[in-house]
Amino acid sequence: MATLTIDGKTITVVEGTSVLDAARKLGISIPTLCHHPKLSPYGGCRMCIVEIKGIARPVTACTTPVSEGMEVSTSTPYLEKLRRTILELILSDHPNDCMVCEKAGDCVLQELAYFYGLRENRFAGERRIYAKRDGNPLIERDMEKCILCDKCVRVCDEVQRVRAIEIAYRGFKSKVCPPYERDLDCEFCGQCIRVCPTGALTGKKWALKGRQKDIKEVDTICPYCGCGCNLTLNIRKNEIVRVTSKEDTLNEGWLCSKGTFGYHFVNSPERLKNPLIRIAPKSSEFGVRSSELKEKLQTQNSKLKTQNSKLFREATWDEALDLAAKRFREIKEKHGHDSIGALASARCTNEENYLFQKFMRAVIGTNNVDHCARY
Amino acid sequence: MKTEKNDIKIKVCMGPGGIATGGADVIKVFKDDLASANIKAKIGKGCSLHKVGCFGLCARDVLVDVIVGKNKTTYQYVKPDMVPRIVKEHLIENNPVSEWTVGDDYYSFYNKQIKVVLSEFSEVDPEDIDTYTAVGGYEATKKVLTKFTPEKTIAIIKKSGIRGRGGAGFPTGVKWEICRKVESDQKFIICNADEGDPGAFMDRAVIEGNPHSVIEGMIIGAYAIGATKGYVYVRAEYPLAVERLTIAIKQARGKNLLGENILGTKFNFDVRLKLGAGAFVCGEETALIASIEGQRGMPRAKPPFPVHSGLWGKPTVINNVETLANVPYIIRKGADWFSSFGTEKSKGTKVFALTGKVKNTGLIEVPMGILLREIIYDIGGGIEGGKAFKAVQTGGPSGGCIPAELVDINVDYESLAKVGSIVGSGGMVVLDDTDCMVSIAKFFLEFTQAESCGKCVPCRVGTKRLLEILDRITAGKGREGDIELLEDLGNDIKLSSLCGLGQTAPNPILSTIKYFRHEYEAHIKEQKCPAKVCKDLIEYGILEEFCKGCGACLRVCPSKAITGEKKKPHIISVDVCIKCGACFDVCKFKAVKKE
Amino acid sequence: MLEVSPEVEKKLDGVLQKHITDEGNIISLLQDMQEAFGYIPEKAVGWFSKKLDIPESRFYGVITFYSQFHTHPRGRNLITACCGTACHVKGSERLINSLRRELNIVEEEDTTDDRKFTVEKVACIGTCSMAPAVIINKKIYGNMTADKLMKMVKTLEGKKNED
Repeated sequence: MATLTIDGKTITVVEGTSVLDAARKLGISIPTLCHHPKLSPYGGCRMCIVEIKGIARPVTACTTPVSEGMEVSTSTPYLEKLRRTILELILSDHPNDCMVCEKAGDCVLQELAYFYGLRENRFAGERRIYAKRDGNPLIERDMEKCILCDKCVRVCDEVQRVRAIEIAYRGFKSKVCPPYERDLDCEFCGQCIRVCPTGALTGKKWALKGRQKDIKEVDTICPYCGCGCNLTLNIRKNEIVRVTSKEDTLNEGWLCSKGTFGYHFVNSPERLKNPLIRIAPKSSEFGVRSSELKEKLQTQNSKLKTQNSKLFREATWDEALDLAAKRFREIKEKHGHDSIGALASARCTNEENYLFQKFMRAVIGTNNVDHCARY
Repeated sequence: MKTEKNDIKIKVCMGPGGIATGGADVIKVFKDDLASANIKAKIGKGCSLHKVGCFGLCARDVLVDVIVGKNKTTYQYVKPDMVPRIVKEHLIENNPVSEWTVGDDYYSFYNKQIKVVLSEFSEVDPEDIDTYTAVGGYEATKKVLTKFTPEKTIAIIKKSGIRGRGGAGFPTGVKWEICRKVESDQKFIICNADEGDPGAFMDRAVIEGNPHSVIEGMIIGAYAIGATKGYVYVRAEYPLAVERLTIAIKQARGKNLLGENILGTKFNFDVRLKLGAGAFVCGEETALIASIEGQRGMPRAKPPFPVHSGLWGKPTVINNVETLANVPYIIRKGADWFSSFGTEKSKGTKVFALTGKVKNTGLIEVPMGILLREIIYDIGGGIEGGKAFKAVQTGGPSGGCIPAELVDINVDYESLAKVGSIVGSGGMVVLDDTDCMVSIAKFFLEFTQAESCGKCVPCRVGTKRLLEILDRITAGKGREGDIELLEDLGNDIKLSSLCGLGQTAPNPILSTIKYFRHEYEAHIKEQKCPAKVCKDLIEYGILEEFCKGCGACLRVCPSKAITGEKKKPHIISVDVCIKCGACFDVCKFKAVKKE
Repeated sequence: MLEVSPEVEKKLDGVLQKHITDEGNIISLLQDMQEAFGYIPEKAVGWFSKKLDIPESRFYGVITFYSQFHTHPRGRNLITACCGTACHVKGSERLINSLRRELNIVEEEDTTDDRKFTVEKVACIGTCSMAPAVIINKKIYGNMTADKLMKMVKTLEGKKNED
């Protein structure tokens, strides 16, 4: 343990703790752009510089470990002046288009510019100009807004273990890009969007769907697999416009591609809302349906709907469940209980899967229970 | 005469300068001629033809020492076609070719120098370990491994007072001591030979001239700190240094100076070469480590320092080439001997690469604390072409300019820091009154800006902005307040950058503003470049009264801006002129004016 | 992955073997690749990425960081002008500009269209005492002037035409 004072307040923390973390424990806020508590420290943005008694030049709080008896100042006129210059430099190479930026209102850079009252810029000069060229349908990469904080690169490497992107070139020409500046070709987990402090990385799916302040948050569990990640549905006008996750959850705020981008089924017009009972016999014509491409489906949509109405009729849950139970009983009586087998789903929770096998064993009377992931 | 002839030695400078000016060809012709003149037969084995490292005075390359018995004659500017006459008149007829030998000024170049690191350059064939051991090489290794404990070795180095020669000047012994005390299953020693300062070639010369001294320094350092593996990180732009180091390492392994159970002791140590790939920032310790690990050479924040957590997270000492090359001499001759040179806080000697507008350019080694005046006037022979001495740039892109009025300062870590410059790695570029200080500052900023790794904001964006401001000043578009803006931004960058590159990048600007503010003001307020360097602020014209109409300028002009009939004064069309200066350089009658 | 021909594959394999036996890292691997091909072909990077299970992005980051690496083929004649301080004060900039003009090399490029010449700058090569210095096809020439340089370039051009 080490005891130190930060802005006159004393705190004892575990050795190896960074000055930044110690300060945050004391409720002292130090501005950062490249720091993320779950990623390795970087020390690139220089916003978190602090003064430590006995050290001649300011050091970054995020990279400096505490030591016994350290005396830290986090906000002196001298430090604030340096921070202001650093911000001014960042903004001198950043598009001034907050009014149309997807990130406005939720942007760390914008927030800092506001607090430091930066309207004029003494250093206006050449800006990096990049053509947007990504063809992917999910992640918008506006590299002119990138401040090279390296968070996306680190999250891709350290959390996702994909390393689809890297900082290429050096100096003023540095640029975060996929190899050979090809189109992004990755898992599309969207972690990079999650950590980006500016509007450089945003989701194409929720572009122009509303500012963060208009969003109503609803916490839920991801329906996709048994991991049970916590989701926060971002709802505006009774529509899910985005899915996020909070950091103090079991999944630590990280989500996969499906959790992040796969929420459109909720509002899909094709979604089944009532049970259907078949009224005409099966036809092979529709067997291909699941493998059809989405576009093709859309063109066929209306056709299918009319066909569906000839094949199925809507029913109540009671009616549908009664029918299923009746048929199960018939099969069991005719062919024996082991003629029935069932596959559970990874998308179900543990509790649901438990109930499922219980149902199969105790009610149907068979051990033919397995899991879809094995097939 | 016969007996004297039995002892003929010919030494051809094969330092960077010598090689570039054709040293190899000179050696070849010597070999052929000696063979065909049958001298070899007459003199038997006594004649040896040496390749030696840098003689120092590179401006006069190729330099050749011809030693007959005890008489040494030095020839300068030797070309292969001069060799037959030297062989014939000097070696056969015993009559040195006096018109080609060096004059007194050649010796004045050496008089004020004290050579430690460079002391054996003219004796040692860098590609032959035996010539190094013949002058006492590897004795220090033997002494340390068999007689001294690591602690005793460190104590000697500490006592000598040697400080890192790479620029920062951290006491070497202290660095070793800290690393010694860290407990670890594996430690490393790295020789930093990533000399990237534009205008510095000391490390290159030391490696090319006496690679074994560096390896010996590494062995001793490794023993002291407890390392079993070492790396030399050397610039790929120095192919000869790489070649000679490779040979030297192989030879040292052959003599059991590297490898297992060195010299019969229980000490194991081996050295590997790692080639840099062209990034100045890799001279910074943590970036260098990243580069050896095969990553982008991006520095990281310190602490932890490499002595605690360096290469692959293991304790690592990184020493500069010159520092390590000093180590064997300190061990051999003692700490007291070493600390007898230099000043109270800056001990020993320092190698400088003296270049720019002095008469004698080359590699020099001087005691710390020598007067700048002595370097420029006594060793350098004063300014070339009778122009006025204006300033000395030391420390390359991290350093600053020392103006002529401070020529009487001592050259050591403290004194140079006091006037806003640094010793740095040892580049010393002398400037005369035709050099524009704003443009010099701009040159260095262009360099650091291009070499910035881009990790931290102040260096990545800040140096770019500094450069843009300098660009507009040298283009005559400077604004009121630009000088203050440069100072303000410069200071902020120094304080807030991540590594040494950014922390020192503004120095060339700040020091030139400090001493040559009027030049900046002239550019901004009067749109004039006092030294007549900045293209956008000058115009070329022809002085009719001097122009002979020879047509030389007309022929060299790339943009066909010059017109005129033969033997009549020519005219430069200002609209077409691209201000390349070719006409100015070519005119023998000084008829082209710049204003 | 991009297809590579059997000859190229053989070359790549040689580099790979050296890399494995020689405790190499990405940088030395790329240096060997450049030595083998004269530049670093994108295909070769893809090949190694797969063989060594190292993401291509790491290679690309390193290639673009270090100025020694080239992603495109270079000219048959390589002319490198030293731009260290000493060379700079002795007019290296002017040398480069006149050479580029002479060879019609457009801005942002460093190689002539016919791939005969590549002109580039290098940070100090440590021959400051004979500034300005130029390296032509690995040989260093000191005390260079624009005139001398043009003549040397012309002889190079002539030689190549005879081939």
